[in-house]
Amino acid sequence: MSFQGKKNIPRLTSDRLIIKGGKIVNDDQSFYADIYIEDGFIKQIGENLIVPGGVKSVDAYGHIVIPGGIDVNTSLQAPHLGMNPADDFYHGTRAALAGGTTMIIDHVLPEPGSSLLAAYDQWRDIADVRSCCDYSLHMDITRWHEGLTEEVEALVKDKGVNSFLLFMAYKDKYQSSDSQIYEVFGLLRDMGAIAQVHAENGDIVEEEQKRILELGITGPEGHVLSHPEEVETEAVYRAITIAKQANCPLYITKVMSRQAADVIAKARKKGMVVFGEPIAASLAMDGSHYWSKNWAEAAAFVMSPPLSQDPSTPEYLNSLLACGDLQVTGSAHSTFSTAQKAVGKDNFTLIPEGTNGIEERMSVVWDKAVATGKMDENEFVAVTSTNAAKLFNLYPRKGRIAVGSDADLVIWNTKEARTFSAATHNLTVELNIFEGMECRGYPEVVISQGRIVLEGGQLNVTEGLGRFIPRKAFPDYVYKRIKARSRMADARGVPRGNYDGPVHDVISATKSMPSTPTTRGPPCPGKTVLAAGRNLHQSGFTLSGNQMDDHIPRRTAQRIVAPPGGRSNITSLS
Amino acid sequence: MSGIGYQGKKNIPRITSDRLLIKGGKIVNDDQSFLADIYIEDGVIKQIGENLIVPGGVKIIDAHGRMVIPGGIDVHTRFQMPDRGMTSADDFYQGTRAALAGGTTMIIDHVVPEPGSSLVAAFNQWREWADGKSCCDYSLHVDITEWHKGLQEEMEALVKDHGVNSFLIYLAYKDVFQISDAQMYEVFSVIRDLGAIAQVHAENGDIIAEEQKRILELGITGPEGHVLSRPEEVEAEAVNRAITVANQTNCPLYVTKVMSKSAADVIAQARKKGTVVYGEPISASLGTDGTHYWSKNWAKAAAFITSPPLSPDPTTPDYLNSLLACGDLQVTGSAHCTFNTAQRAVGKDDFSLIPEGTNGTEERMSLIWDKCVVTGKMDENQFVSVTSTNAAKIFNLYPRKGRIAVGSDADLVLWDPDITKIISAKSHNLAVEYNIFEGLEVRGGPLVVISQGKMVLEEGTLHVTEGSGRYVVRKPFPDNVYKRIKARSRLAELRGVPRGLYDGPVCEVTAVTPKVMTPVTSKKSSPVKLSAAQPVRNLHQSGFSLSGAQVDDNLPRRTTQRIVAPPGGRANITSLG
Repeated sequence: MSFQGKKNIPRLTSDRLIIKGGKIVNDDQSFYADIYIEDGFIKQIGENLIVPGGVKSVDAYGHIVIPGGIDVNTSLQAPHLGMNPADDFYHGTRAALAGGTTMIIDHVLPEPGSSLLAAYDQWRDIADVRSCCDYSLHMDITRWHEGLTEEVEALVKDKGVNSFLLFMAYKDKYQSSDSQIYEVFGLLRDMGAIAQVHAENGDIVEEEQKRILELGITGPEGHVLSHPEEVETEAVYRAITIAKQANCPLYITKVMSRQAADVIAKARKKGMVVFGEPIAASLAMDGSHYWSKNWAEAAAFVMSPPLSQDPSTPEYLNSLLACGDLQVTGSAHSTFSTAQKAVGKDNFTLIPEGTNGIEERMSVVWDKAVATGKMDENEFVAVTSTNAAKLFNLYPRKGRIAVGSDADLVIWNTKEARTFSAATHNLTVELNIFEGMECRGYPEVVISQGRIVLEGGQLNVTEGLGRFIPRKAFPDYVYKRIKARSRMADARGVPRGNYDGPVHDVISATKSMPSTPTTRGPPCPGKTVLAAGRNLHQSGFTLSGNQMDDHIPRRTAQRIVAPPGGRSNITSLS
Repeated sequence: MSGIGYQGKKNIPRITSDRLLIKGGKIVNDDQSFLADIYIEDGVIKQIGENLIVPGGVKIIDAHGRMVIPGGIDVHTRFQMPDRGMTSADDFYQGTRAALAGGTTMIIDHVVPEPGSSLVAAFNQWREWADGKSCCDYSLHVDITEWHKGLQEEMEALVKDHGVNSFLIYLAYKDVFQISDAQMYEVFSVIRDLGAIAQVHAENGDIIAEEQKRILELGITGPEGHVLSRPEEVEAEAVNRAITVANQTNCPLYVTKVMSKSAADVIAQARKKGTVVYGEPISASLGTDGTHYWSKNWAKAAAFITSPPLSPDPTTPDYLNSLLACGDLQVTGSAHCTFNTAQRAVGKDDFSLIPEGTNGTEERMSLIWDKCVVTGKMDENQFVSVTSTNAAKIFNLYPRKGRIAVGSDADLVLWDPDITKIISAKSHNLAVEYNIFEGLEVRGGPLVVISQGKMVLEEGTLHVTEGSGRYVVRKPFPDNVYKRIKARSRLAELRGVPRGLYDGPVCEVTAVTPKVMTPVTSKKSSPVKLSAAQPVRNLHQSGFSLSGAQVDDNLPRRTTQRIVAPPGGRANITSLG
């Protein structure tokens, strides 16, 4: 078992620990055994282990020991209007550890038009000195053009990034057109990476925003009014359609509504390689708070896609998570203080988006899904950790308690409950969207890289201790099926003789409707588009540059003059 | 029925003065069937009943043992459609003649303006062509091939002065006709305000363009490339998207050419959720499937080229017929747009150049009778609904068309449910060499066709008159469609939450340099406008003050909306609890 990038990782820890008497819970089974940890790895699992003297013993009697959680979606550094999130890599990862999450995957958000590699380096620089737990990075593609192909390749091959996010919303800012999405999906499939999408129809959202502002609605309720559920559902549907065409694995971030979840579930039933990520907020809360008379509270809930106004949504999403229609959970943690949110006090479209959830995620899932009997402890481990590790190629280094795996463990108290509150949380923001919610299940002890970081309610984190975990391309969990389909999907033409009948003359005709997509470009934000350009193909001119039929490749070489079975009579009428 | 004044009736010249009495037939409307005689004068049904008192010398048609049904309405034809300088093979004369031969007495054709040209000018051009050639009554849909705000006035003129109440937009044909989602939203809003019906050609043009490139690169240039580059999902996706936008704009939606099971399912589901959406399967999708694209005979394979393509899934026709029978799909068209083999051969080396369209205007009625009524999926009344009445209601032609009633137009068909016929290019009334239904045996067909009170088909012989077809105007706000839309408009008013002023600290953003654009300052471009050039410097974030448009210009009537002392006292909006 050699893990990717193992050699590059400095051995910071040399703690030795033995966890005694706990029930080890993996995604496939649970069993009683002790765990011996040395140098940040699990060295032995079993009963009556022979270990060196002077080892610190951790008592886990009566609790379960689970692989540390993996939070697949955080934005601890992505700026909005020049403001940085209130919880940065230090505060965010600290809160993550406090909640039983020992690894996060953060989103790198480059400025549209700037270099992906530069943004990646910037994120690495900050996270390496600030992060308290292991982390990895998704790359967001905020403005696609062909020139980025090389950067994407470099990120996949040299930088350990195997997931890229595209935005279907945020028109004229981050939004990609369908053609661009198709292109990127094709590239990502070739690279062996996973395509993620922020799924909302940005065109509709923008029109709705205009309309709602015109109605004089400027408060946070305008946010949810301008982002109706159907708009999320539509984009999910479209992304799935394109992914199917491109044979690219698709991962939908932030599944917030019943309908969107249904579309994913249905696509999976049809055999699509698509994954859905509900987040802490959508699994626990609904959108009724947008109508709060307290502006600050209403604004704290602003995120995209918004929380659904349908109060049955959280339970429904939990059920789908339990039955496997949705697979992983994130937090989409991106917090802004009330003063930062207040930038949009007179216009909801300016309110920075994002909610908290990094600390609460594990408890929320336990309380809503396990305590209610929707899933068992093993499924809990699957959706909070193992599935994410498999999907993003971190398994079995992360996401499993096994000899050789990283010693990222949580001793989980399944019996008692605690209450979330802004007064007690480990974040810097004034409001907690889960305020007052009582959750069963919480971490007693958290071990990150073999070191105890939470014990007896005390956090002992070390800033900058978190390592970057590179992720290799072509995760088996995802790409085995994709590869098989690529082999199957070869389209074949029909061997025919030459058509030798009369051909209508069109060259002399003036009213030409060229079928080549060259003149009026799509509203792709990257390229400059000419306003209603004159179509040169329609004039009598001959151009020496690109020609109308340039895109017809190797025409003559493909012709089969004598097809097997003899030449068919292709002009006969039946 | 004298109280009902039909739209535009006064404008229509009375061409006919024939008097006819149809005796002994079973009259079939969409709601009931009954035995009665019909007396026709001046192109209008004057009396219905038994033992009618009629003037002497009236021609009597014996209909004993037969059904009399309202003439079919073909909601979708493209006669004489120009494509790259070519014109579809069946013009308004050939096309309407074939329609009458099949029992269809009215067609609604699509006006396809050149992108960027005037809608009214194109409309007039089509009127000119059709008035001179059409043998049966006709009306016109207008296609929006390129959208900009300036077209709003033309659309208004078309609705108010020219009797057009339906506009089609294209989600396919990238860089030719395709419009973006934002444009679709704008067009739908305009259409709703005008009381018209939004039609959509639903296919994702972006994906198709990419797939066409890929398939051509694979060296596949034959007609099978057409269907390979337009998979079913691409149709279903666009239908789903159009429905989403229509829902947001509260605009009635009509999906033309439902060709696949998945697209039909999306429509059916949306209807179950209450969306005002209609689906139009066509003769081709109800009668045949897409396996012929793989024919070794190039000309035959090319004859099936239409968009969206026929589904290669052979169970599709049966499924669509079932949905038509249960009401999930409502109307049937033919999308008749034929090109002869020489015209098709323009794309002999590149399938993406093959002109698109199939025949079906002549076969439509018989096909549906054979596939739906003979098989027991629907009864004769439902047959009348899907071939005529529903179309008349949706497009505001009812009860002038689509019903046998006193005062209605005398567009009638004497239908023989037992007649059988083998469809063939040798015997059809079209100008093209291929018939996509070649060899198909259908039961049920017209014995006598009466158009504008004149017998145009009798004993297998057609007596049509070129140019006798009238343009039939259609008023906006058809009740069948707009009653629900109006009720929803009243309900859908949004209200904000009355709050006190937020009086807490506000983070300063103006001093910060990073130039992430705000959604309001960034340019909201639609493809016709210039889209933002590379990373635009956001001037609003500099220290400059601009005398022109300001960042908060779009916040209307802010102060008047604020309720300073809301009922129940002022909310403490900065407290944390």
